[in-house]
Amino acid sequence: MSETAEKVKKIVVEHLGVDEAKVTEDASFIDDLGADSLDTVELVMAFEEAFGVEIPDDAAEKITTVKDAIAYIESQKG
Amino acid sequence: MFPNGAAPRRVVVTGMGIASPLGLGVEHVWRRLLAGESGISAIQSFDVKDLPAKIAGQVPAGTRETGGLDLNEWIPPKDQKKMDRFIQLAIVAAVEAVEDSGWLPEDEESRAATGVMIGSGIGGLTTIYDASQLVASGRAKRLSPFFIPSALINLASGHVSMRYGFKGPNHAVVTACATGVHALGDAARLIAFGDADVMVAGGAEAAVSELGMAGFCAARALCTAFNDRPAEASRPWSEDRDGFVMGEGAGVCVLEEYEHAKKRGAKIYAEVIGYGMSGDAHHITAPPDDGNGAYRSMRAALRSAGVTPEQVQYVNAHGTSTYADDVELGAVERLWGDAASGLAMSSTKSAIGHLLGAAGAVEGIFSILAIRDRVAPPTLNLEKPSRETPIDRVAKVAQERPIKVALSNSFGFGGTNASIVFRAAP
Repeated sequence: MSETAEKVKKIVVEHLGVDEAKVTEDASFIDDLGADSLDTVELVMAFEEAFGVEIPDDAAEKITTVKDAIAYIESQKG
Repeated sequence: MFPNGAAPRRVVVTGMGIASPLGLGVEHVWRRLLAGESGISAIQSFDVKDLPAKIAGQVPAGTRETGGLDLNEWIPPKDQKKMDRFIQLAIVAAVEAVEDSGWLPEDEESRAATGVMIGSGIGGLTTIYDASQLVASGRAKRLSPFFIPSALINLASGHVSMRYGFKGPNHAVVTACATGVHALGDAARLIAFGDADVMVAGGAEAAVSELGMAGFCAARALCTAFNDRPAEASRPWSEDRDGFVMGEGAGVCVLEEYEHAKKRGAKIYAEVIGYGMSGDAHHITAPPDDGNGAYRSMRAALRSAGVTPEQVQYVNAHGTSTYADDVELGAVERLWGDAASGLAMSSTKSAIGHLLGAAGAVEGIFSILAIRDRVAPPTLNLEKPSRETPIDRVAKVAQERPIKVALSNSFGFGGTNASIVFRAAP
């Protein structure tokens, strides 16, 4: 697992209060991890903070799974 | 307003919950209160060097079993950050009250007949302060999406309703330090009118923060002369009192229509028999010297209860440990007249401080317990009163008394007054 993936999963576990085992790359924040729309807004803000990236709203809307988050952050870090 | 010309319905108290500076749990807090213990201590959770008042009544940490607060026992950690401390304290008191009442309906009809009315004087002050800091430092975009719902006063009622699926009236009172009594009284009326069969009602406050303390200091309302003797700081009616001591906490009651409670065999603590309100129309923070607002509020409560002053054995005073203590005392003396000598009146703020919007609810619970156990809780630190009175102010030591009816007062900034009357369980 890449360093980014590990960090993303840790943030998800902390913010959504879910079991680490549930946070697979395919897991959807809303459908699988019990998040609501405000939780996802907060989660994206936490990613921005942790990785020093800016995630515009239209990009944030497309980040619905753990995998989406990792891919977006890695693409920004180039 | 009454359906089919029906009469108002009777309302009883079937559950109670407290989070206070004397700890968590109604029986635990009550025991400590009767023993004359104080919940006032030095503030350590934030820096008080710039504040003239350095003490407060703070909910002690601990476990539920030992009467202290460990939030993780009550609210999942991921949800804690979505709510200000006043909401957290409201939930703690509401959970105790609901569990105590045994009213945990599963069917939709019962849930729709159960409402929530938990108020607060100030609401999410710390949440607002923290968010303001972020915005002021040019980081508005970093504001949490939970900021607004964390600070809003009616979200205490909202969270409690979601926790239990209570889908009846969902309401919140905001009348400064009269909030708790208004919430109990208004909720009782909703039941009396048939809007709900059960109401989870009370008040919560968490303003023991740098901003909250500084604000009340600026209004010259807080005690500053007893920073080195916290347990002696809240001294209602004492000659040397010099302001109120800020406290935090929550009080919640389960109020229930009498027949509804009887039918399910609920334990009944007391009946809510009277409720009165008034406005001073006088000053933003001070009562008029003649206490006519307090007088009219109590008179209205007794009238609605259908009792005379002679029939009331205990008053839980607003008694904040300010000059206004004697204004309230004067109003009680006038209303009780010759019956004043048979009356016990104490201020339990002497032990827990002033819980602002939670005060009336917590003190309402103390009044109910005074009836249940036939005992008047003490007014701590009352050695040299600023003036004498025929009323027994239960100085320093609790007193066994034949209490059948009790009245509790709460008055708030803005000149708002509320009084509620309880009677022994029918």
